[in-house]
Amino acid sequence: MNWIAILAIYRFEMARTFRTIFQSILSPVISTSLYFVVFGAAIGSRIAEVEGISYGSFIVPGLIMLTVMTQAISVASFGIYFPKFIGTIYEILSAPVNFIEIVIGYVGAAATKALMIGVIILATATFFVEVRIEHPVWMVAFLVLTCISFALMGFIIGIWARNFEQLQLVPLLVVTPLVFLGGSFYSITMLPEFWQKVTLFNPVVYLISGFRWSFFGMADVAVGASFAAIALFTGLCLAVIWWIFRTGWRIRN
Amino acid sequence: MTSATQPVIRIENLTKTYASGVTALHGVSLDILKGEIIALLGPNGAGKTTLISIICGVATASSGRVTVKGHDTVTDYRAARALIGLVPQEISLEPFEPVINTVRFSRGLFGRPRDDARLEEVLRALSLWDKRHARVMELSGGMKRRVLIAKALAHDPEILFLDEPTAGVDVELRKEMWELVRELKAQGTTIILTTHYIEEAEAMADRIGVINRGRLLVVEEKTTLMRRLGKKRMVIELQEPLAELPGALAPYRLELSEDGRRLTYHYDTTATRTGITRLLADLAGAGLRVRDIETAQSSLEEIFVDLLREEEARP
Ligand SMILES: Nc1ncnc2c1ncn2[C@@H]1O[C@H](COP(=O)(O)OP(=O)(O)OP(=O)(O)O)[C@@H](O)[C@H]1O
Ligand SMILES: [Mg+2]
Repeated sequence: MNWIAILAIYRFEMARTFRTIFQSILSPVISTSLYFVVFGAAIGSRIAEVEGISYGSFIVPGLIMLTVMTQAISVASFGIYFPKFIGTIYEILSAPVNFIEIVIGYVGAAATKALMIGVIILATATFFVEVRIEHPVWMVAFLVLTCISFALMGFIIGIWARNFEQLQLVPLLVVTPLVFLGGSFYSITMLPEFWQKVTLFNPVVYLISGFRWSFFGMADVAVGASFAAIALFTGLCLAVIWWIFRTGWRIRN
Repeated sequence: MTSATQPVIRIENLTKTYASGVTALHGVSLDILKGEIIALLGPNGAGKTTLISIICGVATASSGRVTVKGHDTVTDYRAARALIGLVPQEISLEPFEPVINTVRFSRGLFGRPRDDARLEEVLRALSLWDKRHARVMELSGGMKRRVLIAKALAHDPEILFLDEPTAGVDVELRKEMWELVRELKAQGTTIILTTHYIEEAEAMADRIGVINRGRLLVVEEKTTLMRRLGKKRMVIELQEPLAELPGALAPYRLELSEDGRRLTYHYDTTATRTGITRLLADLAGAGLRVRDIETAQSSLEEIFVDLLREEEARP
């Protein structure tokens, strides 16, 4: 392992984040606050509780997941797309590094940023509602794995994209709907029977459910299934990236 | 090549066909010697960048093989790439990054531990030290090109590739660039550069490889090649048309145009005698009156055609 190279990539990418640190922190704080105002106050007054938990508290895990997933994807996809776009990718390709090192550097930095934002949202949420975490170790595990796996997916999107439109396309058309429909703001048991079944095909449901379980000890689907889903997703992304670097698809040439 | 000089880079039968169907390299083979400066000379689209990209790992070859100090660039890429620094043709840099950060990044990326004293040396040598905290976007084009060179040198490579280092660079900076290349050579760095200009190849290189349409036409010592490349032609326009060449002018191997009004003389600017003075005297002696004289350097394209013909004529 070329740890020096990994660290060089990681540092360089993190510097990008810290250059805009104010914006990086402020925007999740503001958007979280807005969610609480809109969902907590407006909807929360109609839905007092979900399965014994106040609605305001109930949406905290979903809110964190929603932001962390979209951030991990956008940071990671941009992180690798930008060098392709401006041509600096030549340096990465000509360096004595293998794909695992490149991925650890870029994905690690994107996942770190997503994780930071997740923590900021959690902290912000405690100002509005009471948050209890029943299984903190699992909570951290779910959060970290989600950051990593979605950053991996973002990395793939960044390599696949040929222009900025495509870069936005997958997050916009696929990820955001799946995340919103994945039970960020409701329990899927609140849906009609038929839609509950359909929802089970949405992989994000498993992630949010597992994450929420680590907070409140209650889940829409079995925790084991949640964990298997995220492990499977991570494995799948890794396999795709391995193939990309083996064939040089959309990066060499 | 003498048996004492081992090639640092060995290129064997390299071909490249892009996904678009364009074949950019048709079986290029070349040995690059330790410590030499070799210039790849060729027109736009000749395949120079493609060749460099494959050696450096930026592009993949369709077939053929490259070794750097015995390390295969595909199977043993870590060892091979660690020896190489690449300055690309296009200026590609992160616009918002301070100079020092991008150079430090390059050193780390190549697995070398941080060494700010060494980076200071590199930046000073390229007159960039004062600009180390400036963001790349605030620099002029010539400075950006030097940042690219600094990045390539940051990990102390033994072999440096310079893809058109003097494109878009003013005369003064060009001279500085040449100077820098000579210094690097003096320190033992092997340098491969590409250029469109014969004069540039002549000024910098020990050996010159001429490449056109994906084929390496010749690779020769500069002095040998310049003799072949340094040809000029002189077109002599006559007052009166000539039916046939007088016997006295036969040694000059002149070409007579169909209308008998123009004589073309080929000569070598690098030879000790061009023969022009004597030719003019002999023309007068033969009673021919000259209306006008025009000389021109053989164009790169003409030279390629010549070289190609010569190469094909060889057994
Ligand atoms: N990425 C690419 N995809 C398809 N064709 C390409 C690609 N890059 C180069 N080519 C083609 O390959 C041929 C060789 O190009 P290359 O860039 O190697 O030439 P060059 O000698 O570096 O030219 P120049 O002096 O203009 O830089 C050209 O016909 C070019 O159009
Ligand atoms: Mg080129």
